[in-house]
Amino acid sequence: MASIGDGSERQRIAQQRLRVLAGHLRRLGAEERPGVAAQECRAGPRTRRENVPAAPQDIMKWNGWGYADSKFFFNKKGQGEFTGKRYRLSGLILPSLKDWFEGTFGANLQHKSPAVPSLNTSAVAPPSLNEAFVEELKSTGIPFSHDTEDRVFRAHGHCLHEIFSLRDGRVGRCPDMVVWPNCHNDVVKIVELACKHSVCLIPYGGGTSVSSALECPPEETRSIVSLDTSQMNRILWIDEKNLTAHVEAGIIGQDLERLLNESGYCTGHEPDSMEFSSLGGWVATRASGMKKNIYGNIEDLVVHIKMVTPRGVIEKSCQGPRMSTGPDIHHFILGSEGTLGVVTEVTLKIRPIPEYQKYGSVVFPNFQQGVACLREVAKQRCAPASIRLMDNEQFQFGHALKPQVSSIFTSFLDGLKKFYITKFKGFDPHHLCVATLLFEGDREKVLQHEKLVYDIAAKFGGLAAGEDNGQRGYMLTFVIAYLRDLGMEYYVIGESFETSVPWDRWVLDLCRNVKERIVRECKEKGVQFPPLSTCRVTQTYDAGACVYFYFAFNYRGLSDPVHVYEQVEHAAREEILANGGSLSHHHGVGKLRKEWMQETISSVGLGMLKSVKDYLDPNNIFGNRNLL
Amino acid sequence: MASKALYSHRDPVLKKRDDFEDILEERRNSSDLRYAFKCYTPVLYRGLTPCKAATLKSMVLQSEQLLHVINQVSAESGESTDVVKDEAAAILEEMAHRLQLRTIRFFAYTLSKAFKALYRSVCVNEEGIQRLQQAMQEHPVVLLPSHRSYMDFLMMSYILYTYDLSLPVIAAGMDFLGMKFVGEMLRMSGAFFIRRSFGGDQLYWAVFSEYVKTMLRKGYAPIEFFLEGTRSRTCKSLTPKLGLLNIVMEPFFKGEVFDVNLVPVSMSYERVLEESLYARELLGVPKPKESTSGLLKARKILSEDYGSMHVYFSPPVSVRSLAQGRINRSQFNLTPRHVAQKPSEETQAFVNDVAYRIVRLQQENMVVKPWVLVATLLLQSVEGMELTELMEQTSWLRDLARMFGAFLDWPDHTPCSMVVSSSISLHRNLACVSGSRISLVVEGPQGPETPEEALFNRAVSVLSCASYRNQVLHVFLRPALLAMALSNANSSRKEDIYSCFDFLRNVFSDEFILSPGASVQDFDEACHLLVKCGAVELLHQDVVMAESGRTVLSFLTLLLEPFLQGYQVVCRYLREEATENLTEKQFIPAVRSFAVKLHLSGSLKCYEVLSSDLQKNALNALIRLNVVRRVRTNEQVLFKVNKAAVNSVEDTLGGRIPTQKSILARL
Repeated sequence: MASIGDGSERQRIAQQRLRVLAGHLRRLGAEERPGVAAQECRAGPRTRRENVPAAPQDIMKWNGWGYADSKFFFNKKGQGEFTGKRYRLSGLILPSLKDWFEGTFGANLQHKSPAVPSLNTSAVAPPSLNEAFVEELKSTGIPFSHDTEDRVFRAHGHCLHEIFSLRDGRVGRCPDMVVWPNCHNDVVKIVELACKHSVCLIPYGGGTSVSSALECPPEETRSIVSLDTSQMNRILWIDEKNLTAHVEAGIIGQDLERLLNESGYCTGHEPDSMEFSSLGGWVATRASGMKKNIYGNIEDLVVHIKMVTPRGVIEKSCQGPRMSTGPDIHHFILGSEGTLGVVTEVTLKIRPIPEYQKYGSVVFPNFQQGVACLREVAKQRCAPASIRLMDNEQFQFGHALKPQVSSIFTSFLDGLKKFYITKFKGFDPHHLCVATLLFEGDREKVLQHEKLVYDIAAKFGGLAAGEDNGQRGYMLTFVIAYLRDLGMEYYVIGESFETSVPWDRWVLDLCRNVKERIVRECKEKGVQFPPLSTCRVTQTYDAGACVYFYFAFNYRGLSDPVHVYEQVEHAAREEILANGGSLSHHHGVGKLRKEWMQETISSVGLGMLKSVKDYLDPNNIFGNRNLL
Repeated sequence: MASKALYSHRDPVLKKRDDFEDILEERRNSSDLRYAFKCYTPVLYRGLTPCKAATLKSMVLQSEQLLHVINQVSAESGESTDVVKDEAAAILEEMAHRLQLRTIRFFAYTLSKAFKALYRSVCVNEEGIQRLQQAMQEHPVVLLPSHRSYMDFLMMSYILYTYDLSLPVIAAGMDFLGMKFVGEMLRMSGAFFIRRSFGGDQLYWAVFSEYVKTMLRKGYAPIEFFLEGTRSRTCKSLTPKLGLLNIVMEPFFKGEVFDVNLVPVSMSYERVLEESLYARELLGVPKPKESTSGLLKARKILSEDYGSMHVYFSPPVSVRSLAQGRINRSQFNLTPRHVAQKPSEETQAFVNDVAYRIVRLQQENMVVKPWVLVATLLLQSVEGMELTELMEQTSWLRDLARMFGAFLDWPDHTPCSMVVSSSISLHRNLACVSGSRISLVVEGPQGPETPEEALFNRAVSVLSCASYRNQVLHVFLRPALLAMALSNANSSRKEDIYSCFDFLRNVFSDEFILSPGASVQDFDEACHLLVKCGAVELLHQDVVMAESGRTVLSFLTLLLEPFLQGYQVVCRYLREEATENLTEKQFIPAVRSFAVKLHLSGSLKCYEVLSSDLQKNALNALIRLNVVRRVRTNEQVLFKVNKAAVNSVEDTLGGRIPTQKSILARL
């Protein structure tokens, strides 16, 4: 747990708030923390290297997920361990991880597939610079770099193929330089110069894309400039009367929450990537937060957006809460995936930090019952801040991450619980599944709400399974991305993908069919071991739900594992679409899912989007080629 | 897994087929009683939660799909929903099966006795059984047997019981319910009953389709029905019916199940129980109504020898892989699942193709007995022939059939003469040897008979014999159409011959199983086979008869001659005698008496034109060719005949005028 000294009431609330993040989001290096700042550019030097600002690659992995100091590994005794100090799991021993890992994937700790230790900078093509652009940029004083590490770091997101190549030491087309605008006006200048000198701009926020959105189009002949928004990270003002905050779009999720917490507020927007993803990125991909049931998704949260396009700056003239002024221009910006311009400033709704928060969990005898319960909860519109349902495979996976128990007593209690559920209640350990819950609000209301939800769950055979299981479920969300790196050390590759689907019986059928398709495709493509193919329902809506799939397999014996992976994911997506699922709930389209856009929104719809692009950016300055 | 191409029969000879095991052998050596009470523990569908037949019914009645239709019907008719619900419950009550093991065991015992009395052997391909068992665990399975006899579904259930497989639920016609006691016995052994026609009855359709789909989705039991819809009286495969096939595929289209496996089953009889009944039926003697007493009277058949029978389970066909690239399943995503959607044209075409594919698979794995070849030859010389000549020709035909890919059951290391004479003796009711000649047996009353009676009796034996010849038609059909096109076409240019072939194929597409839209493939296949047997040569743009091809080509032309003549007679009738007000009911008797008249006057020698099956098919073909129009008036259906057009079809069939060249572009 992050330790925060006691003190004023406000601090107490802030501490509470931090428990929300389960203490795993503490960020090192206080000197890097942005603060609430005056609304002017150049608010003091933040540079470490001369003229080049913060280099995230110093604290983050260059070829994997997250912080460099946090990772899973198997120690000499073959026990799983998680390093670092940032997460609840950090420094703990995970005795069942090895068995689960070997059992599930048929992997073996003797068979390693290590990554290249460091980037071989000579393998990276030298930057192709647009000299005139560089000259003029220099005169504006906006920092930039064409250092290889800076460029490579911004050349990828976190798709499997991207990380796999990096681990192999292979780097494709990279941005030729990186610029760090410090404020809205800097962006205006950069975009003007880019237009003038015909340079391709690719906006870069947190770099957590999983849709190949950050990949530089290999066919691009112009100089590519990565526009890194990380220095635009101030909260410009907070309006307590209207409960809004005006924030620069480069701010990272966890910083935004922490800074708002200091003033007693929060946005409540917590996508799973919030440790690293940026506000601008959320807007550009139509992000969804874990607690959307209370706070809404990003489109519900934004009140005002400012975006710089080649055509000029687009924004609304007022902050009215709703307008009937033709199609909402925000909806051209939300989900535009960096194809139209750079989001520079956003006004967001904020809420006072909730007084009380409680985790919970429910065990169901099987997935069907669980889904039926979630459907009922959605029907009664009484979903807690978050409600998620893991299938059996994920439940078992969650168990593999249980730390070593500290006393015989706990282990005895665990045994007793297990006995009660499997023997006394007759749940089949190979079918049961778990819903994790997070309640937020007034203490009293939370308790009432909790009772209501547990009562509904009971009707579907659900048994309350304690706070701890719930909390562990949410922690899993944050560490699962680290686990992929562990897998890749031992010939296991995998990825997650998501969809949204109407309730009906689609949720169940879609999950079954997609999982089955994955298993079959793997077999057909020559994968030697049965894959892990598992899903969970992560969001509920009135008319449907968001479903998240995890898919991983042991690739020993395959000559081109990434290609096999991509074929299987492709087949899985086709299956999703055939079963009534959407192309994406919140990951976005990027370049990975472009081929299905026409089918998804009709060719007329695609034409509409294209004509917007043609008007705003006729020369394709924002040339990442996502979406369309 | 099935390949993507729906038509992949380029060289049927290369097909590898499984070996057979006789399941009666064990029955003859061990106790039937013990067999009936054996421990029966079939492997089940892995997604199955077992439930009782009664639970199944209540699931259907409470299904959203059915409730939706009930509300609709109630809104339209003004009746209260409770009344409509009761109606639905009554329909379901009448329809639903009550499968129970007790009855199965009873049947296992009695059928063992019966089968041993009737058949020398019942041969099953055990590899097919193994594949079926595998498929049953993984996916809902639909069993699609061919339908030649009442024995078919009894035999199917018997075999599945023998091999410890899940017993099927079987779609059966309502007529069986007319049989006291037996109907209910069948119900308890897994039959469910559907009305023969319920065209406009929305509620009936909803109950029926939901009942079937519920069983399929649950994987409750394999579903069995006959694609051909009814027993084929002619032993030719019938044009498949699509209703039930549509229903069983829908759960896959809508994503309710991952896949559905279709298993074609070919059931071939050396002697069909109903053989002469069928011939009489085709000649207009009404089919005896199914009744228990009729069944008891039929006991005497137990004393006869029906030879052996073969049951071949083809590899399961995955609907998912067939639909790959043909059906865009997301089209089903925009309406709630409980709202029934009329299948799109794309879907209908797909289902139709699948149906044809399945029937062709059934045909391919039908076992052809030596007698079938003998009957084929006998029919080409109705007046009888020398035994030695028959032996020679049979042996020749055997080789030709093999070359064309027929699944022949010809005993190894036995001289041809032995094989032929033993099959003649099995079918002594149809053919007899007197001295050195063999001829058809014509049963007649003792004493004098009228010319009509004599004709009728002769027609019965010809049609009975034809029902055996028909079993090999699928093997020779395409080359025979080509042979006929060769003799009809007025040049040897490939496109002329193709257009002739295409015309014949089109005319006969109700008569034989000819997949729609596969004309070019069929033509290629026919050319390939005829070239292979040396009957024709392909020269640049020409198809030419080879020197040595005369025998093969004349055999093939003669094979289809009865059909050709039959269709011409129907045309002639329409041209000469049809009135303005020809009704549907009048048609068949009128054509029949027209043909009888021709026969008696000596100007017609062909008997098959007397078959109501041929008459109906010919009419359908003419309707399809827009030569005859169906007009529905208040009371009845009338046929309006375009006499000039009929004349031209008749002439084209006779090769007197060339076919139109409109189809050339497709070559």
